[in-house]
Amino acid sequence: MVKVDGKGNGTSLVQVRELDKKYQRGSEEIHVLQGLNLDVGSGEFVAFMGPSGSGKTTLLNLLGGLDLPTSGSIKVAGDEITRMSANKLTAWRARHVGFIFQMYNLIPVLTAFQNVELPLLLTKLSKADRKKHVETALAMVGLADRMNHYPRQLSGGQEQRVAIARAIVADATFLLADEPTGDLDRRSAGEIMELLDRLVHEHGKTLLMVTHDPRAAERAHVVLHLDKGVLVEGGAGGGGEA
Amino acid sequence: MAIPLVYNVRSVRQRWNSSVVAVLGIAGTVGVFVAMLAMARGFKATLVSSGSPRNAIVRRAGSDSEMVSAVSLDQLHVIEGAPAVARNGSAPLVSGEVVVIAGFNLKATGTVANAQVRGVSSKAIDIRDNVRVVQGRFFNPGLAELVVGRYALKTYAGFDLGSTVKFGGGTWTVVGIFDAGGSAFDSEIWCDANVLSQVYKRPQNVFQSVTARLESPAGLTAFKDALTSDPRLSVQVDRETEYYEKQSRGLTTVIRVLGFLVAFVMGIGAVFGALNTMYSAVAERAREIATIRALGFGRSSVIVSFVFEALFIALLGGVVGCLAVLPMNGFTTGTMNWQTFSHVAFAFKVTPGLLGLGIGFALLMGVIGGVPPAVRAVRRPIAFALREL
Repeated sequence: MVKVDGKGNGTSLVQVRELDKKYQRGSEEIHVLQGLNLDVGSGEFVAFMGPSGSGKTTLLNLLGGLDLPTSGSIKVAGDEITRMSANKLTAWRARHVGFIFQMYNLIPVLTAFQNVELPLLLTKLSKADRKKHVETALAMVGLADRMNHYPRQLSGGQEQRVAIARAIVADATFLLADEPTGDLDRRSAGEIMELLDRLVHEHGKTLLMVTHDPRAAERAHVVLHLDKGVLVEGGAGGGGEA
Repeated sequence: MAIPLVYNVRSVRQRWNSSVVAVLGIAGTVGVFVAMLAMARGFKATLVSSGSPRNAIVRRAGSDSEMVSAVSLDQLHVIEGAPAVARNGSAPLVSGEVVVIAGFNLKATGTVANAQVRGVSSKAIDIRDNVRVVQGRFFNPGLAELVVGRYALKTYAGFDLGSTVKFGGGTWTVVGIFDAGGSAFDSEIWCDANVLSQVYKRPQNVFQSVTARLESPAGLTAFKDALTSDPRLSVQVDRETEYYEKQSRGLTTVIRVLGFLVAFVMGIGAVFGALNTMYSAVAERAREIATIRALGFGRSSVIVSFVFEALFIALLGGVVGCLAVLPMNGFTTGTMNWQTFSHVAFAFKVTPGLLGLGIGFALLMGVIGGVPPAVRAVRRPIAFALREL
């Protein structure tokens, strides 16, 4: 279930109400998001589209607890994250959010294994358990044989797959992907979308994705357009019904 | 949970060119710091090792050094009869001594430098167990003969065994070379006290100090109490080790203060080097830091991580600085003893304690150079930093 009218039934995994975000640029005030409402159920795959500067990444940052809104509220799995202290929000991100970035954002001096292991260092898992989890995650993205490679030794598509493994390794409540195919060639982009699709359909992950790429958006259950700070339903993607 | 240390170690290696600048800056500072302290430590050790805890040195009351002291023969006899004085058979182990300063040509430069010539009794070598004749023999009482410390032999021209030397209006023959175990006596020239007084036309039977061998170190209290309460004497009594420790204090303090001052000034430069390295590390890795924070690592984890990185660089610098200064250990040089105005040879002493101090100093520079950039690393909003290239 995905709704943008603020009339969700309260059982949604993600509930956004009257979300406002303003930036000050010099003397100019930029109103990026204006009274935005959103309900996303568990296991949904939502694509956000819109022109540059429409607030897609800002929305993703707010949903991921990387930024705070000017007003409004965001509830994820019952946690009101806009009222959390910085420390609580940091801990919340570690527990609930898996980030996938356009530029992969892998740590260049760490191997694929060590990059994927990073989120697990924030859990109480033993070293042996961490190893199992990392190996499983890397196997899921098809890189079990590349775990000792550094990012510079991998192709762009492989780097993004490592980033996806890092996002899923700690079993995050939901995944946030910001232009996950934006820096990839068409073939690699297709493979990454295939992988994300599998995560949603075979593993029940909830995925919220920002993209400019209509082919990527097609995989989503729902495509939402952001225009002038407001969400507009753009209909169902090819990945399922809204 | 902390960010893995391997992240910082590998980052330092990856950015080696900027890391090397900081490492060398810290290494240079630590090297100079440890070298200066090793010099002070060596000078102090040389003077302190001249004394023995079993020996007491008696001087006129109020005199800071032998140079300004006078003890008469009558007083010497009273001292010989004091309690706790060790004896060789029936002879008390007490040596009345006279010191003069004479100028000799340095072997290295040909210029004149002051040497301390010590007139002693024939018992002096029994009183000082760190002194032994290694070539030739000890002087014969009543003759113008010299025994020369091994550093004095190396330092001054014309003191080879068997050669004759003119000074103070007399002509002297070098009959022996002695080794005083690296103490200040190694820089001295010894002869018979009475002959030296005659040659320098000093009053006979007046000494500048009296050194007494005690039965045990604990005997000092009884010895000192007896002498200081004796109405025939007006003397000052010190354990020989304490006397030489006081003698070393002035110059040692100056060297140490200079060492700290130079290290402080250089340290400011090194800290700026470390700051520069760490600020550029933080700037270049803004997106990495933001990613790490996005994954759920807190501000404190990031600060600790970057301070650790600065400490790692500082530790490398400290180790390099200490290794660079290590070959100086035992290197002999000379300076003027401000108490006697004579040249004293001493060896740099690079001790484990000083190396530890050097490493500690390096780590301090690391903390000062690491904390501000680390704090800056976590101040930048994550959402903005994630967009950094």
